[in-house]
Amino acid sequence: MKRAVRKKPVPKKSQAENLIIAGGKVIDPASGLEEMADVYLQAGQIQKIETKRLLSGKKLKSSWGEIIDARGKLAVPGLIDMHVHLREPGREDEETILSGSEAAVAGGFTTICCMPNTDPPLDSQEKIKFVLERAQSARCRVFPIGAVTKKREGKELAELGDMFTAGAVAFTDDGYPVMSSEVMRRAMEYSKMFDVPIIDHCEDLCLSQNGVMNESFVSTTLGLPGIPAASEELMVYRDIKLAEYTGARVHIAHVSTAGSVELIREAKKKNIAVTSEVTPHHFTLTDEVIRTFDTNYKMKPPLRARADVEALKEGLRDGTIDCIATDHAPHSSEEKEVEFDQAPFGILGLETALGLVVTELIDKGILTWSQAIAKLTVNPAKILKLNAGRIKGGMPADITIIAPETSWAVDVSKFKSKSRNSPFGGWKLRGKVLFTIVEGEVVFRAEK
Amino acid sequence: MPLRSKHLLGLEGMSKEEITLILDTAETFREVLERPIKKVPTLRAVTVVNLFYEASTRTRISFELAEKRLSADSVNFSTDASSVKKGETLKDTVRNLAAMKIDMVVIRHRSAGAPHFLTRFLDASVINAGDGAHEHPTQALLDMYTLRKKYGKLKDLRVVIVGDISHSRVARSNIWGLKTMGAEVAICGPTTLLPWEVEKMGVEASYNLDEALNGTDVVMALRIQQERLQSNYFPSLREYSQLFGITKERLKLLNKNFTIMHPGPINRGVEISDEVADGPYSVILDQVTNGVAVRMAVLYLLRGGEGKFEESG
Repeated sequence: MKRAVRKKPVPKKSQAENLIIAGGKVIDPASGLEEMADVYLQAGQIQKIETKRLLSGKKLKSSWGEIIDARGKLAVPGLIDMHVHLREPGREDEETILSGSEAAVAGGFTTICCMPNTDPPLDSQEKIKFVLERAQSARCRVFPIGAVTKKREGKELAELGDMFTAGAVAFTDDGYPVMSSEVMRRAMEYSKMFDVPIIDHCEDLCLSQNGVMNESFVSTTLGLPGIPAASEELMVYRDIKLAEYTGARVHIAHVSTAGSVELIREAKKKNIAVTSEVTPHHFTLTDEVIRTFDTNYKMKPPLRARADVEALKEGLRDGTIDCIATDHAPHSSEEKEVEFDQAPFGILGLETALGLVVTELIDKGILTWSQAIAKLTVNPAKILKLNAGRIKGGMPADITIIAPETSWAVDVSKFKSKSRNSPFGGWKLRGKVLFTIVEGEVVFRAEK
Repeated sequence: MPLRSKHLLGLEGMSKEEITLILDTAETFREVLERPIKKVPTLRAVTVVNLFYEASTRTRISFELAEKRLSADSVNFSTDASSVKKGETLKDTVRNLAAMKIDMVVIRHRSAGAPHFLTRFLDASVINAGDGAHEHPTQALLDMYTLRKKYGKLKDLRVVIVGDISHSRVARSNIWGLKTMGAEVAICGPTTLLPWEVEKMGVEASYNLDEALNGTDVVMALRIQQERLQSNYFPSLREYSQLFGITKERLKLLNKNFTIMHPGPINRGVEISDEVADGPYSVILDQVTNGVAVRMAVLYLLRGGEGKFEESG
């Protein structure tokens, strides 16, 4: 079976002028390319990558087209975030497909995949079509992920085939796990027909219950109900077993514990079709920060202990964790500025992700630039079969230009997102997005 | 030396000097409470709001009395009488309080961290009168005051806290405070009700009550909430009282001159048997007067009072 809109260029048909990204260090992890080059963009596509005869001179000039002087900068494939919550339909006060896409391009993302836990949820073809319709006027490519079960209730399979045909790139009940192993088994078996992954939010709800943070010494001293690591790991193990049994592809969303990393590592050794992602906040923060009772540290899965953070980094390093995804989860300040146990789970991610990757992973020697960019581009593209994530002739001209050495302070009040629930306000991060180019068109340009 | 913070959010992190200062100051106020006229003008023109989001009789009355004895103007706000039932959020309430220019807030709330939340939106001093399962610092100060009065010191006393440690703010505050003051603290309860890695608080944790009680000076029996039964923390009250009830038999294991404490109200025959509850070793009534004195000390010191309370002419 085929997706109808397989290579869908979401933004309107490109009117882009010819553009040359000149003199940047081009990183294309899939081919291993990592050298100075001029990248020629034409009609929304990458026309060629010139590594031999580069433009030169104090002021670069070419009669072929416009020039972005990227000397001293990095040109990487447009970033892909396979896990965002755009809140449309239902909570347009918190985020819309348009505002979410503006936040995305400001963060260097040219493709985002939105989760189905909207109101109503994306559990039918018409709702997938609604998102794609709205995505036409978005600033970047937006691909919907459909619900596994009707109304995300975990009981009856939603019409996966119908949604796939309309353009859904994966299925998940994210926000919730699929608690029933039998339903999960059927979803996996069924998804094989479309060769799309089932993405699972791994949480045994019976164990996590009313927990609001990691169960640890910190939860003990704060008197807050805990969520044990086992509630995640049990479900990771179940999903791995079901993937092994059914031969289907499963993708573990937002891995947060050392135990999950170990389970996925072992599964990969056995060639089970499991992939995984981690969020920037999980590889950056530990549950110690909750001592302030700041609800911007409240999310699911919860921030874990130091040993978990180290294991996540090791998982990134050795390839157990394939992708970095933000789990961008906008919430209004009315909802978030309440007692800790009353606040909703989730924080923003799109506009701080790259800075955290550079500051926490690249600068600290956990990942090379190429490895880090792979987890933000070609890896999610492969998992979701997106025609994106490469700097290569003939590919869509989705490119992000980064000033790798530039430090910047996070100013939450300047976010393009409609929401403000980020714990990283005031943080100094390295690695600044200068230009985001979607289909040959500059859709974001950093303020000077 | 005054207190380091203008708030009292918990005893975690509070120094030995600070706790000693509060207990010493309470001692002076205790004397005031013995006088025929039990009132001093210390906090005249200071406005205190008692913000009680959770039912409480003893703590609320104790704070109110302490405020009145210090001549503060106090206003009571409790869930029954307020706009909370109309859906007003804690933040709205706090913003209103800020507009009223109050000086101090005493808050009791079912959510851990609610007092910390207040400090972000208010200039006033915030006193935690119990937040979820987090802390209840004035209760622990009161317990320590009572014990210090009886034993003359807290250092090297062996205190065993028995019962539902997981859900107890009284246990947490007492553990921090007593440890800081040099007491030996052990906790004992069903393994299901001892929180994760609680030993890191510096306590000995066990589930064998007879072993724990051996050589102990003070037993604090925590109240068992009936609703814990539904969550399978233990199978029955009968079994609980067999394993963790303080009975007359078990008193034999304690040191001479022992003390039995209970933050009340007691489920008789569950945490404490009838004969023990009515025995002569209870300090419950002392606690009432001591509670007022300790809270007077806290209110006074948080308003910048220094050292022992001295009445000005």
